[in-house]
Amino acid sequence: MIDQDKLYSIWVYLQAEPLFWLTLTIGSYLIADMAYKKSNLFPLLNPVAMSVLIVSLILILFNIKYERYFDGAKFIHFLLGPATVALAIPIYKNWNLIISNSKAILISLILGSTFAILITYTLSLYLELPKELIMSLLPRNVTAPIAMGISEIIGGIPSLTAIITILTGVVGASLGVFVFDVMKLKNMDARGFSLGLTSHGIGTARAMSRNKNAGVYAAVGMGLSGLLTSILVPLFLKII
Amino acid sequence: MLKSVFIILLYQLIGELFQKFFGLSIPGPVIGLVLLLLTLLLIQKRQRVVPIKKDLFNSAEILLNYLPLLFIPVGVGVVMHLSLLEDNLASVVFVIILGTLSTLALTGYIMEKILRKKTLDD
Repeated sequence: MIDQDKLYSIWVYLQAEPLFWLTLTIGSYLIADMAYKKSNLFPLLNPVAMSVLIVSLILILFNIKYERYFDGAKFIHFLLGPATVALAIPIYKNWNLIISNSKAILISLILGSTFAILITYTLSLYLELPKELIMSLLPRNVTAPIAMGISEIIGGIPSLTAIITILTGVVGASLGVFVFDVMKLKNMDARGFSLGLTSHGIGTARAMSRNKNAGVYAAVGMGLSGLLTSILVPLFLKII
Repeated sequence: MLKSVFIILLYQLIGELFQKFFGLSIPGPVIGLVLLLLTLLLIQKRQRVVPIKKDLFNSAEILLNYLPLLFIPVGVGVVMHLSLLEDNLASVVFVIILGTLSTLALTGYIMEKILRKKTLDD
């Protein structure tokens, strides 16, 4: 027989312990990632979305305050900044490719990134979304660490931006090929670049799994659109 | 390993300082990214820095491999904003789907047009 009181006291100890929440975060990611790989990278089983779901459900079920959870999770969170800086390396590695095709890349980058902001803003305004939600939506097509940083600066809610960004990635990664097929767009470089610019890391992973060239162009699109969007979004808000 | 960790942290720190000091509306780590990229491009041809660069590439690769894990803590913060999301869920999903598909189509179309023209010109 397991002693109920003892079990309860273990739980009381655990939920107050940052180590528990840190372990849970990494554990749920490992499980979610395993399921994702088992499913042959099925976009809807996105490991971050699944982990967020698992952890959130536990917090809600056991009535745990987010601050308590974050007390443990902040050790992982701290690495976001350094990881953002590290994004310089994939851009640097592809620098020759960027230079050799600078005209196509620059024009598509500028028009694509600007359009992403404009369409998001216009649709949100049309649907009369609350301001903080619009601000959380604006940087949605770039990689989550950069998107959350932009969101924080312009008065959005970074955690909503994280979820929105992942959703954007999932939509692009799962429907991108379909859109390109309908358009009869055959050029793999263009497909990849567009996927990276529109759906950041999730789109890039998808492109890489299908075609090597598309993967490289996706990585370029993701890196450069992250950079440009963090300049464009605040600028856009200043102009309007 | 330690040297590259130091370099990455240092660039982030400089980026954050830059942002505060000049009151820029670009995230500090993104400024750090740009500065690191510029540095790498400037020292591209120096033989002496090759070992450190290799070390830096390795560390960056490890860090970026786990990138998705790193935004779970903030993502879970959505539990505090569930009502805002619930009230607008259909609209948000609509914006995301329409916004993403149209941007995908436009960007792909533009790039293919320019690349095709380039092949014809060559």
